Amino acid sequence: MIISAAKERTRRAALLQDYRSVFLVGCGACATACKVGGEEEIFATQEWLEELGHDVTGSAILDEACHIMRAAREVRRFRDQIAEADVLLVLACGAGAQSISECSDKPVLTGVDPLFLGNVRRFGQYEEKCSLCGDCILNETGGICPVTTCAKGLLNGPCGGMDDGCCEVDPERECAWVRIAKRLEDLQQGVFSRVVEPKDWSRKFKPGQHSIERTPGSRK
Amino acid sequence: MSRFADLLISGNFVVTAEIAPPKGADATAALAVADKLHSVDAINITDNQGACMRMSPLALARLLIDRGFEPILQLTCRDRNRMALQSDILGAAALGVENLLLLTGDHPRFGDHTASRPVFDLDSVQLLQAVTQLQDGIDMAGNRLASIPRLFVGAAASPAADPQDLALKKVQKKIACGAQFFQTQAVFQRSRVELFMETAQTYRVPVILGVLLIKSPRMARFLNAQIPGVRVPDELLERLDNARDPLCEGIEIAREMVSWAREYCQGVHLMTFGREELIPEILG
Repeated sequence: MIISAAKERTRRAALLQDYRSVFLVGCGACATACKVGGEEEIFATQEWLEELGHDVTGSAILDEACHIMRAAREVRRFRDQIAEADVLLVLACGAGAQSISECSDKPVLTGVDPLFLGNVRRFGQYEEKCSLCGDCILNETGGICPVTTCAKGLLNGPCGGMDDGCCEVDPERECAWVRIAKRLEDLQQGVFSRVVEPKDWSRKFKPGQHSIERTPGSRK
Repeated sequence: MSRFADLLISGNFVVTAEIAPPKGADATAALAVADKLHSVDAINITDNQGACMRMSPLALARLLIDRGFEPILQLTCRDRNRMALQSDILGAAALGVENLLLLTGDHPRFGDHTASRPVFDLDSVQLLQAVTQLQDGIDMAGNRLASIPRLFVGAAASPAADPQDLALKKVQKKIACGAQFFQTQAVFQRSRVELFMETAQTYRVPVILGVLLIKSPRMARFLNAQIPGVRVPDELLERLDNARDPLCEGIEIAREMVSWAREYCQGVHLMTFGREELIPEILG
C-alpha cells in the first residue's frame, strides 16, 4: 500500500491560515491503514481545526481516493457542504489528492506527505521493498530487490561501504547484498553468475500510464 | 599509453597520492600540494570526495597535466547518469587524461549536500563496462563514436570488507569488465592484505595498496566512525593512544603498511592529508 505521513500541525496550520472554512477528505484504503486519513484522523483533524477557529463544513471518507471516477462520484454527494467550504483538505496520498483536484474547482490542499509503496511489518511499521522500477530483477536476486533495498540501488554486488555485513548508510541494517547472497546460498547463482546490465529506465517513463491489453499476458 | 600504465605493466612498484579539488574556483592551493608530489608516479583527483561538493576533478586534472603531472581521474556514479559519465569520459580523453579510477561513490548522506538526489544510474561494474565499450568505439546506446578514447582504467577494492567472498565476487566482475588495475581502500591488518592478495594475485591485475597516514588517535576514531570501508583495529588505536608522539607512531604504522605492499602488491596509494612532506619518510 501507499505509506504516507501526516504533515506536522504547524505546517498544516500555515497552509490553512488564509482559509476560513474547510471540507475534509479522507480515504478508506491506504490512508486509513497507515493512520493518516481514516475516520479517527478525520475527526481529530476536525476538532483541531475548530479549536484553531476554522469552520469545518463537513467531511467524507472515500472508499479509494485514487479511483478517479468513483472519487468524483462520492465527492458529488457532498456538493452542498463542499460549496460552503473555502478549501478542501485531503488526508490521503498524492494520487488520492489529485483525484479530488480533478473533480473540484475548489482549492485542494494535502495534509500528508506520501512516502513509498510499503509492506506492513506490524501495526504502524512499514518497509519499502519495491520501488516500481518497471524492470523487475527479483527472479535473479533470491526475491530480494536491490534496486530498492540497497541504498544505492546497485545491481552487481555490494559497494565498498559494506561494513561487517551492514549498510554504510544505516549501520543498523544488513546490507541488501548480504541478504541476497544468503538467500542464493552460493555466489554462482542468479545475479552473481553474470554482469547485470544497466537498468532500462525507459520502462519507468513519467508520467506512468498503463492499459491492460485485451489478451492477458500479451504485453511485449 | 600513459606513463603510469607503462610502469605498472612493466612490473614496477608504483607510488600514487591524491589531491582533493578545492571548495572554490581557484586551484592555486591544490596545485601547491601537487608541487610537493613530484616524487610520485601519478596523482588521483577525487570526485566530490565524501559526497562534499568541490571543483570538478576533470578541471583540476587538466591543470595538473599542464604542470607536467600525471593524473588519475576519479569518477563516481553518485552524481551523474550514464550520459553525463560517458560525456565526461570523452571530454577527459580530449583533455589528455589517460588514467581513470571508476567508483560507486559515497552516499550523499555523508556529505554536505544531504538533500541532493543520489543518481547511481550505473554501478561501478557497469561503468567499467561502459568505458571498455567506449574504447571499442561504441557508446552505451550502441552508437559508433567518431573517435575513440584511449584510457587506462582502474577500479577500487576493499580488502578489509566483510563478508570478503562477496567483496571478491565484485572484484571478479570488475576484472571481467575491463579493470586494468586496482587501488584499495586503506587496510590496517596484514592478514587482510594477505588473504585478499591470495585471490587477487590469480587474476594478474596489479593491486595498489591504500596506505593512510593517521595523524592522531582522534583521526583514527573519526575514520572508524565516519569513513565507510575503513577500519582502524583496536591494537592500532592503543598504539596511537600510548605513543609519546602520535604522528611519529602514525608514520611508523604507514611504513609497516608500505612494507606489506612491497611484499604482496604492486604499489602504494598514499593518503597523507596535508603532510605530503612526510612521503619520503613513509616510503623510506
